[in-house]
Amino acid sequence: MADIQLPMRQMEARVEANRCLYCFDAPCIHACPTGIDVPAFIRKIAGGNEIGAAKTILEANILGASCARICPTKVLCEGACVLHDRDEKPIEIGRLQRHATDFVNDRGIHVLKPPAKMNGKRVAVVGSGPAGLGCAAELAQLGYQVTIFEKSKLPGGLNTYGIAYYKLKPQLSLNEAELVKDLGVEIRCGVEVGRDISGEELQRDFHAVFLGLGLGDGNRLGIDGENLPECLDALDFIEQIHTDPLHEIPVGHQVVVIGGGNTAIDAATQSVRLGAKQVTMVYRRGESQMSAYPFEFEKAKHDSVHFLFDSMPISVIEVDGHVVGIRLARTRMTADRKLEMIPGSEFTHECDMILKAVGQEKQAEIMRGIFPKIAVGPGGVITRDQMSGATNLPDIFVGGDCANGGREVVNAVGEGKKAAHGIHAFLAGERASLPIQPSRLGVDGSASGCGLHNPIRAHELEAQWEADRSAKNSGAHRG
Amino acid sequence: MADLSVNFAGIRAPNPFWVASGPPSNTAYQTHRAFEAGWGGLIWKTIGTPIVNVSSRYSALDIGGQRMVGFNNIELISDRSPEVNFQEIAEVKKRWPNHAVIASLMCESREQWHEFIRRSEDAGADGIELNYGCPHGMCERGMGSAVGQQPLVAERITGWVMEVAKIPVIVKLTPNITDITAAARAAKRAGANAISLINTINSITNVNLDTFASEPSVRGMSSHGGYCGPAVKPIALNMVQSCAADPEVRMPISGIGGISNWRDAAEFMAFGAGTVQVCTAIMHHGFRIVDDMIEGLNSYLDEKKMCSVDDLCGRAVANVTTWEKLDLNFRQVARVNHDTCIGCNLCYIACEDGAHQCIDLLNPDSLGLDLGPGRVPHKHVPKVREDDCVGCNLCTLVCPVDRCITMVEVPTGKPPMTWVEYQAKVASGEMKPLPPHH
Repeated sequence: MADIQLPMRQMEARVEANRCLYCFDAPCIHACPTGIDVPAFIRKIAGGNEIGAAKTILEANILGASCARICPTKVLCEGACVLHDRDEKPIEIGRLQRHATDFVNDRGIHVLKPPAKMNGKRVAVVGSGPAGLGCAAELAQLGYQVTIFEKSKLPGGLNTYGIAYYKLKPQLSLNEAELVKDLGVEIRCGVEVGRDISGEELQRDFHAVFLGLGLGDGNRLGIDGENLPECLDALDFIEQIHTDPLHEIPVGHQVVVIGGGNTAIDAATQSVRLGAKQVTMVYRRGESQMSAYPFEFEKAKHDSVHFLFDSMPISVIEVDGHVVGIRLARTRMTADRKLEMIPGSEFTHECDMILKAVGQEKQAEIMRGIFPKIAVGPGGVITRDQMSGATNLPDIFVGGDCANGGREVVNAVGEGKKAAHGIHAFLAGERASLPIQPSRLGVDGSASGCGLHNPIRAHELEAQWEADRSAKNSGAHRG
Repeated sequence: MADLSVNFAGIRAPNPFWVASGPPSNTAYQTHRAFEAGWGGLIWKTIGTPIVNVSSRYSALDIGGQRMVGFNNIELISDRSPEVNFQEIAEVKKRWPNHAVIASLMCESREQWHEFIRRSEDAGADGIELNYGCPHGMCERGMGSAVGQQPLVAERITGWVMEVAKIPVIVKLTPNITDITAAARAAKRAGANAISLINTINSITNVNLDTFASEPSVRGMSSHGGYCGPAVKPIALNMVQSCAADPEVRMPISGIGGISNWRDAAEFMAFGAGTVQVCTAIMHHGFRIVDDMIEGLNSYLDEKKMCSVDDLCGRAVANVTTWEKLDLNFRQVARVNHDTCIGCNLCYIACEDGAHQCIDLLNPDSLGLDLGPGRVPHKHVPKVREDDCVGCNLCTLVCPVDRCITMVEVPTGKPPMTWVEYQAKVASGEMKPLPPHH
């Protein structure tokens, strides 16, 4: 399955890097949840210093290689690029980041080294997904002895098991886990906290614990026939692509994907690539309410995926224990903005495979099982301090999807990193100064802060674009 | 439409755009192509006792992905026999009687100069250009810049030429000299009809950091070359203006050095060039570039209501003076247009680290600027502290947005005062020394 985004050739990268204005205190840094010093690494590429560029990237974001491929750059760093306002194409930051990180990966160059001196403190990290790796890498660089506990056979979490194959190959995610190991971190796979080791034991053996469990299994539809063999969870389906030979993965001729998020899109586009004749996405609301990014939606349309908006599943139709279709109904919004089924609107859609992508379970119960006294907030996420990841228990910190309810990989890395600094503040009693970024050297501390401290959320940028657009349309001036 | 035809020191041509002596003017074939493309004149690649060239001759300076910002060569004068060159000049003149064909010569003795001048005239050349500039190869044999760098020697040799020349003589000056006007005056004293400048500047473009060889590399070895191309234009303009402003020179000037388009050409003309010569830009893009040069100059002259190149020639010369005659009481400050600012902060960091620390990054809310520049809401805004701004221009130079930062004159209410006047006033006690950043 070919990469959807091609790597850059050397000359292409040079030319693109030279387009970068090398902004001071650049907006792209602010827009990156891990605060990568984007202008600094791009300038290094422009001058032929790819190794230095990779170091700048990986010091800030240990998952720099995978984020280069899967970040929604259009609404993060590239969305913030000042060139938009000069009516030019923004710098292709994601592809340049891939260029630099590929350069060192392909050559086996290690740009990060473990610190010369350890501080003697031990931290346990639960979960080896983006949040856990982000936290562990940062702690290791601060001199902590870190042990990661991972219940799966392989490290990497979502990046290893749950991303569309044409965006990110699992091997790359495993390489990133190796990078973390190179920093002196121990990763114990196949060890489930709460089963193989208790929360109490963690608290006894380690000075602090970081929880980065991610989300649980896919949510159920709660309809008849959901347990048929051809009715799968979309994430399980994507996982198969990562773990099984492609030619052995069963895919239907007529696939129905339930859901309107980015995972639903991944499942749909992957089905097309695996040979499905017709793929239909069923979403209970309208196009504008889809949580998938517009550019992901475009990708699906480009793959000839059909869309049934304002429709919901009623039941799965089975013949001899196999899926042959799905019963759907039209939906509408009531006066008090609730979604309801339109009576008598039921219809049947033929299909031989159904992929469910309607969100994942929160891990609150599991975490309460590990640490009974941990406070859980509304929506089933752990209550925590946004800046430090601190929970109500002094030695327990949290970050990533299990704390934010499910966001981008890069958000998880950023939160892991923030929690590492929270842990450092807790254990060392001091606030570690983040590595100085050359592109911000000398910025007044009261300035708006780098991405790490003040990450711009995609929706904030999007809201601003909307405002910009309407301002432009009305002929009004910004500023 | 303006009249672009020129009479340069007695040499007539349909326009002032001439192909400079160099690789593009090596043969009759190239000359036909040049004239077909629209060039008004051509200075033949220098004719002399034939030489042998090395393989690997050119190298270039690329900046920020842009090719050939500067160009370097170690190619020598024509490697073809004088017979072939003069015969081809005659052929070209027969086909293009109204175009200027100038023979560039480099000779070793008075006798050879006399002979080559006669042969140039016999071939029908419209003029002669004396190559006193070539900074490599030929100078080691006592020619080229070895002549141009010693005004007295240049004057003597030019004298030999003037003894016999019946067609106009142009002396081509080398920039590898401390005071270009000394060389220009020597040409004038010897009776030359015009000067052309600049020839190439001594250069080494780079070092290969793997092999430690420089380029152009001839089996790992290189040599000092001659530098030209867009990067040398400011050096050339400085020298052209210096010659044009020198009352002891006062002779037609053919401008050379980094000219790539009509605008470059017009700038040389404003500094007194009656014609311009182009080589590197042709080596980069071919003879076809002249089409735009002709059109662009024509439009410009029309727009400025000038009828010919003569109307433009020298218009800017008097606006360059010595530093001591500049007005110390003129004051300007930078002003940022926050509506067009894109929030790159290049002005801020340039001023902060590279100039006079008078731009602040301020919260847009405090300035009533709503969201601020760029696309990150409430990101800080550069603002000039005008009282501290010395008006150096650096921020406008680094700003990537056209006309976003402008320099605005601040009336001081004081009459103009030059450095000379200031010194006198301080000496007489009429005024106290000015504080820094006044």
